[in-house]
This record gives sequence, C-alpha cells and structure tokens, in this order.
Amino acid sequence: MAHSKTSAIEAACARHNHRADALIEILHDVQHAQGCIDDEAARVIADKLNLSRADVQGVRSFYTDFTAEARRKTPVKICRAEACQAVGSDKLAAALETAGHDLETIFCLGNCALGPAVMVEDRLIGRATAERVAAQMERTK
Amino acid sequence: MSPSLRLYLPGDAAAVSVGADEIADCLHTEAKKRGLNIELVRTGTRGMLWLEPLLEVDIGGERYAFGPMLPEHVPALFDDAFSNAHDCALGPLEELDWMRGQTRWLYRRCGQTDPLNLDEYKANGGLDGLTKALASSSDDVIETVTKSGLRGRGGAGFPAGIKWKTAAGIDADQKYICCNADEGDSGTFADRILMEGDPSLIIEGMVIAGLAVGATQGLIYIRSEYPAAIATMKRAIEMWREVGLLGDDVMGSGRNFDMDVRRGAGSYVCGEESAMLESLEGKRGQVRAKPPIPAFEGLFGKPTIINNVLTLASVPDILAKGGEAYAAVGTGRSLGTQAFQLAGNIKCGGLIEAPFGVTLRELIEDFGGGTLSGRPLRAVQVGGPLGAYIPADQLDLVMDYEAFAAAGAMLGHGGIVVFDDTVDMARQAEFAMEFCVEESCGKCTPCRIGSVRGTETIAKIRKGENVEDNIALVEDLCTTMTDGSLCAMGGLTPMPVMSALKYFREDFETKTAPAAEEVAG
Repeated sequence: MAHSKTSAIEAACARHNHRADALIEILHDVQHAQGCIDDEAARVIADKLNLSRADVQGVRSFYTDFTAEARRKTPVKICRAEACQAVGSDKLAAALETAGHDLETIFCLGNCALGPAVMVEDRLIGRATAERVAAQMERTK
Repeated sequence: MSPSLRLYLPGDAAAVSVGADEIADCLHTEAKKRGLNIELVRTGTRGMLWLEPLLEVDIGGERYAFGPMLPEHVPALFDDAFSNAHDCALGPLEELDWMRGQTRWLYRRCGQTDPLNLDEYKANGGLDGLTKALASSSDDVIETVTKSGLRGRGGAGFPAGIKWKTAAGIDADQKYICCNADEGDSGTFADRILMEGDPSLIIEGMVIAGLAVGATQGLIYIRSEYPAAIATMKRAIEMWREVGLLGDDVMGSGRNFDMDVRRGAGSYVCGEESAMLESLEGKRGQVRAKPPIPAFEGLFGKPTIINNVLTLASVPDILAKGGEAYAAVGTGRSLGTQAFQLAGNIKCGGLIEAPFGVTLRELIEDFGGGTLSGRPLRAVQVGGPLGAYIPADQLDLVMDYEAFAAAGAMLGHGGIVVFDDTVDMARQAEFAMEFCVEESCGKCTPCRIGSVRGTETIAKIRKGENVEDNIALVEDLCTTMTDGSLCAMGGLTPMPVMSALKYFREDFETKTAPAAEEVAG
C-alpha cells in the first residue's frame, strides 16, 4: 500500500521530467490523487527533484490549494470577496455552516456578476443558495 | 427528418453555473422526442451574464436570442417553432441594446463561434494578425503596437510597445513570453471569458509577441480557480500544435515558438508579475525587488515579457487593422477598447467592451440597470480589492487611466463592484486589511505587519474604541504601507481603506454601523 503511494508520487515527478520548476504542477497532481501532500510525499518529491525538504514544505505551505492533511469531507468553496459580499455571501456562509457543510474560503471564482458564487469540486454554482449547494453536494456523493 | 436546426448555447463557466448544461440536455431530449435534428454548438458567453443561460437560434442566417432559460421553457420553444411569442424571446441578438452599445473588437468571436474550431477562427479574422507579423520585421511589429497606444490591461497601464522594445533590444540565448492569467481581483472575469470563449486569440497574441521580441517559449499562468479556462486553453494549445501553428515551424515560416499552461495554486499575490515569475519557477510566490525589471531579468533570469491576457489578445487585431485604427477610439492616453465588468449588486451584470471614455454612470445605469436589490447605490469599488471605493455622487467619472488616478482611484483590470445602501463601509475597510493579511507574501514589513495592525485598529474603531485616535493611526499606517511596501499588494491596500474613510466617514464614527438587517426588514 505504502509502496504504491510512493510510486504514484514518483510517477508524478517523472511526468514532469523531475524539473524543480514544475514543483507546483507536481504538488497539484499529488494533492488531487491523494487529497493532501503529507510529509512522506514531500520527502519523496524533494528526493526526486533534488530539492531540500524545506523547499518543498515551504511551497506547500505558501499556497492554499495544498494541504498537509486530507480533509474529512468534500469542502464547499465559497467566495468571500467583495462582489459576492455585495450580494450576501456572508449570510450564505452562515447558512451553509449551520447546515453542517465544511466551508473553504475562496477569494474570487470569476463569477462576480452571478454571485454569491460557490464551487463544489470543479463545479461552479452561480446565484448560490443553501438549497442549490445541498443539491450539488448530494450529486457529488 | 427535417433539416438540421442550428442552436448556440454558451459552455462558459458562468453560464454553466446557472444551468446551461441542463438546458443543453433538455434541448437534446426534446428534439429527440419530436424526431427533430438539431445541431447544438457550445460557445463562449456574449457577456450578458444576467441573461444566462442564453440560447441563440439561427433563423435565416440571423441569431435570435432566448434567455434566461429554465428547463421548463424548452418544450414551448419547439411548440411554437422558436418564435418571438416565447416567454424568453429577446429578438435578434445583435439588436439588443446591450450589444449595440458596445465596440466589440476583442470579444467579437466570443459567443459567436465554437472556441475550439480553428476553421471558424480563421473564417472570422483569426490569424490575420499573425500572418501580417510573419511578413513584417520585428521592429515594424513593435512600432505598430507602440503606435496603437496599447497599455497593459492588467492594471498598471504600462505601454506595451515600450516593454516589448526593451526586451527586443537585449541579446540573450533565451527569452520568454509570460501571459498573466492570474485574474484574482474580485469583480473581474474578462480574462476567464476570453480564455473559455476565444482561446486562439490569446495564443495568437503570444506568438506575435514571441516573434517580435525574439522569444521562443511562452507560458500562460492561469489561476487554479478557473478549471474550465485551464482545460480550454490546454486543448487550444494542442490544437495549434497539431496543425503546425506552434512548434519549430510556425505557419511554415521556419520560426519557432511553443507554449504551455501553468496553474496557480490559490495565491492572490501571484498576479503580481515578479511573484508570478517565482511561482512559474516552482517557488513560493514572493515578490522580487525591482530593479531589475523582468524585461531585463525575468523568468530564470532571462529577458521576459509579462503581459495580461487582454493586452496580448489585443495585439492580433492591432496588427491586422493597423496601430492608427486602434488608437482612433478611446480618450487621452487611454486608447482602444477596454473590457469593463459589472459585478456585485447589479441588476444586469456582465462584460461590456467599450472604448475608454465611457462614464461609470453609463456602465452602471445604462448597461447595468442599477442595483440587483433595487435599493439605492451607495458605493462602487473599481479595480479590484486594491481599488478605491467611489461614492454614488461621483459616477460621472470617466473610464480613463489618468482621470481615475487624478480622482485618487484606479481603473485596474476594469472590474466594477456595486454595493447598495446596506453596505457598512467600515467593515469593507476592515476586510481590505484582512484580505492583505491573508494574501501578503510576507516579504516586506509594511505589508506583512501593517495589514495585521490595520485589521486590529479598524476592528477597534468599529467597536467605538478611541475612534478619532485610531482613525489617525490607520491613516498614518496607510501612509507607511503606501510608501514602504515592495509591491502593489501592500502599496495599494490603503486605497480602499482611505477612500472608505474619506467618503464614508460616518460609518467609522457611528458606534453601531447602519445594520443591513434593520434596513432590509
């Protein structure tokens, strides 16, 4: 099991020719495949790209897309930036929290004329309401 | 079977976010049920986002629009043969006021054609600019871009021709073209719409830039919040490569240019050009001190042109029609057209391409139709989270880089976020500082620490603690951040804060800010 995980990470590094400048692309691939970039993954990547572990962990911690631990459940990504604030994203966030969703704050999903904007996995929801988000969460289960 | 009926429906992320895919399914189901043959083309969006999903039907060579569509509207479309009697019928698309009021140069194919059909791209003016560039000297290309007056659309408004000339004049074994598609400003989506609706135009602009400055490698840095744009750009690049428009022999010219997509990873500051370079090198997105400017030392230390999506996408048209023709519209030193984006609490939100010189009022009232809530407009933030808040009595401000600067504001990437009278401007100022705390790269002290202290101090003001003294402290802090920060992140965060203080001081001085709930109730 641990071995196959390691080989998947090694494969991601190989796909990008072990280039240090492709570190972010590699981290995306690993995050997508295993839901996080844990310390073991960071160690393997550092080894394959000939970087220090501090380099890899530094990049992982800088970008909000990367997490050291996997999330318990699919997060509801909600835009909390100005355009969505202007149409009640704060109230929607409160309602979603009450409904028991795991929220992740995003600053802008590029759907600013149809806010509040929410994203579940790669699915963008415009004019989002608690009901529409719940329906989408149901579909992703 | 009857002859095929040609329908057009956006596949744009915004249209899909309000149900375009469901409409597509319903159209197919309904047509099948009736034994009709339909051809459904998924396009980009026309930018009339409040009308999405906006269906278009080709009747006698003219496009008729129907929107906003709901699944239950679909059967009736077929019942009365897509006639004007339908509840969603809007009439001929080109005759809609929103379309007629624009000068659509950059977005003329957006919503019109299949974004991934190169034949349609060519049939509608695509590759005219590149063909011209390949037949011209690099000096001539740069001269045309300079003459057009094209300025950087990312926000800073730096003349593109001068930037290109600088990089072209340097002797180096490798140069790069980097397209900045890290469109992180709230209220902006023009880059996203173009990437999804006409990706070839951006590629064409990058190839021309490469030929002009002697760069053979291009990268487009797209934020990860735009998965659909990333997918479309990747497919378009492959398509260009397959037919020899990218690679060792661009259009059979013997010249070389290739490019790739790089994804961002959720950091706003990576839209700042030097932070973007760090990110493209696989590092933390921390800004670099300038000089040297990227045109001298950019990606991997090599001369690099960094332009916004819209800047590069403007180039093919400029070459095709000539610099003078481009510069013939606009005002003062802001020439050509700009993609203005209406967002937030706006009735008819979307993208409007118009010459510089249009007023904020024309955009918000004539195109936008006022607030979505129907309540009075109180404030408008232009230019993203680092732009100034403009009060309702200043809507006659002209959309022009210099006019905005003179008013203590910033045009930025053309985003306009509208707020009604329930907004608490002290809270908005506090958010501006919080956003800086969240997104600061941490390299310089005024931004890293200043934003934290700013957040704390505005929170005290909002609680009514030593209001006058704390306002003075915030003003002092803002001066330090403006003067002492390395980049626009810390340097411009004071703009929304100070403009809120200047025009909406009553929100800071009253202990309890006007509560939205009470007013709304």
